[in-house]
Amino acid sequence: MRLLNASGCLDALTAPDVAAGLDTFVTKTVTPLPRGGNDPVRIAETEVGMLNAIGLANPGIDAFLTHVLPRLPRPVWVSVGGFSVRDYTEICERLEGEDVAAIELNLSCPNVDEAPSGGGEVVAAARAATTKPLYAKLAPTADVAENAQAAEAAGAGGLSLVNTVKGLALDERTLRPVLARGAGGLSGPALRPLALAAVHACHQATRVPIVGMGGVSRGRDALELLAAGASDVALGTVLFSDPGAPARIRAELEAELAAHGFADPDNIVGAAHEAEASTLDLESRVGRKKGLHTRANVAG
Amino acid sequence: MLTRRALRVAGSEVVGPYTLLRVERGKLDPGIPGQFFMLEVPGRLLPRPMSLCLATSSELGFLIDPIGPGTRALCSLAAGETLRILGPLGNGFRLDVERPLLVGGGIGIAPLPYLSERLANPPAVLGFRTAWHAEAAALVPNAEVVLEPTYVTEVLPPGHDVLACGPAPMLEAVRRLTPNAQLAWEAPMACGYGACYGCAVEIDGELKRLCVEGPVLAAA
Ligand SMILES: Cc1cc2nc3c(=O)[nH]c(=O)nc-3n(C[C@H](O)[C@H](O)[C@H](O)COP(=O)(O)OP(=O)(O)OC[C@H]3O[C@@H](n4cnc5c(N)ncnc54)[C@H](O)[C@@H]3O)c2cc1C
Ligand SMILES: Cc1cc2nc3c(=O)[nH]c(=O)nc-3n(C[C@H](O)[C@H](O)[C@H](O)COP(=O)(O)O)c2cc1C
Ligand code: FES
Repeated sequence: MRLLNASGCLDALTAPDVAAGLDTFVTKTVTPLPRGGNDPVRIAETEVGMLNAIGLANPGIDAFLTHVLPRLPRPVWVSVGGFSVRDYTEICERLEGEDVAAIELNLSCPNVDEAPSGGGEVVAAARAATTKPLYAKLAPTADVAENAQAAEAAGAGGLSLVNTVKGLALDERTLRPVLARGAGGLSGPALRPLALAAVHACHQATRVPIVGMGGVSRGRDALELLAAGASDVALGTVLFSDPGAPARIRAELEAELAAHGFADPDNIVGAAHEAEASTLDLESRVGRKKGLHTRANVAG
Repeated sequence: MLTRRALRVAGSEVVGPYTLLRVERGKLDPGIPGQFFMLEVPGRLLPRPMSLCLATSSELGFLIDPIGPGTRALCSLAAGETLRILGPLGNGFRLDVERPLLVGGGIGIAPLPYLSERLANPPAVLGFRTAWHAEAAALVPNAEVVLEPTYVTEVLPPGHDVLACGPAPMLEAVRRLTPNAQLAWEAPMACGYGACYGCAVEIDGELKRLCVEGPVLAAA
């Protein structure tokens, strides 16, 4: 299991010691042209999560390649966004010769008006444009499993689940939207059950590895995403309140795994799909499935 | 290192409509006036940015205007409770000025008591909505106070190096009068350390994060 940041939730250049606590750094979504993003107010808090309408603010691929990418820690994944299939393929082509471990295709940003439809088409075009591993980033929509299958069929080597969903917050006095844009992407605790369901469904529907994210704030949340079928976990909103979250959540996850009798997080991936699990026999069945001797691992 | 510290609440006082929240300082560096801290809020997802108002050898003080759920919760913290604090963050005021004049409006006076102390009590001009709000002026030595409908920009003495904090319209007006002023701006912030881009503003055609490049910016 690797611990990553969720795209758009950390800048490794301004917070290098936070990024150092992760196994892989994921960039904010890059588009062909620079984007100033949406007008302020661009963030709001609710009782159950936060809303953002940052609007893919980024320096554009030219400035990104010259000024940003060379200074980022490795391994690095680049999140790619756009408004047409051509936008995605252009960036994929330009990343081809770079030291980039994978490309995450942001197929699901709720904060731009002209997001591309047909994720499968974008993935297929990107697949033809690059040899790098492609992760398709999807939102927890009702048809997320079909979208995941389409992405897999088109050549995605992995899935990043999940992006935010649209939410609205109204000002307590004026009853007008807090965000200048109106609605924004809902992240944080409210997203967690949706993320779990999406990871669970996509683990069943596809064979590709999944980076699970959405409302992870404790080791237990990471454990549940792994059990639902994620093989890696990404941290987003939690980083805003706790820049120490990577080390804390890693330690909490280790304790959770130990409590369930596992030494290695990889052994629990997909455990939720095993029939009639109980805490006691979960371990032996998952161990058998993976052909791993979890008890021996625990001892070490 | 971006490390939050858990600090005990020492107490709080009512100052007009505001609350002065005092926390035990522990090993926390108070930073430069104009820098800010992210204060954890009990029961809320995101921390809230607050300027440091006062620093003694044993305590840090934050002057808080209860305008929403986060600030209201911070104002009702009781002595003995703990909260986690991240900071100091961002860029504060440059203190190497010859003839400092502090200018503040409303809750924007929050960083001025600490700034005043560090500059050996220079003159200050403070504007408030009502006499009740103006009770906070007692925290700033050498202050001339004006109440609406008079604005601070109507009484600014010439020939000073202005260091200002207040609502955006006040800062805009101060900027027009004194092009060299140092101004402390505000924007909604989720993280305070450059991670979320919630605070980004366009300055000279470039996107800048106020929590990283500010909150204090040169006016010109
Ligand atoms: C660097 C910095 C230093 C600050 N220092 C102080 C301080 O010393 N004392 C103090 O009382 N406040 C200070 N603030 C403002 C304070 O952080 C906000 O008032 C607080 O976050 C509001 O949270 P809330 O949950 O109470 O209200 P919310 O429900 O979040 O907000 C209530 C209303 O205010 C608006 N709003 C929220 N935050 C801001 C903001 N930063 N700028 C403009 N509008 C906003 C919201 O859109 C909403 O309409 C500072 C802000 C910054 C960026
Ligand atoms: C402020 C903010 C900015 C984001 N920017 C991006 C982005 O540029 N690209 C992207 O694919 N996802 C972006 N996301 C979505 C996150 O990567 C993640 O999918 C989502 O927030 C769920 O995880 P969380 O609940 O842990 O935050 C952003 C989220 C937030 C809160
Ligand atoms: S508050 Fe998050 S980037 Fe400035």
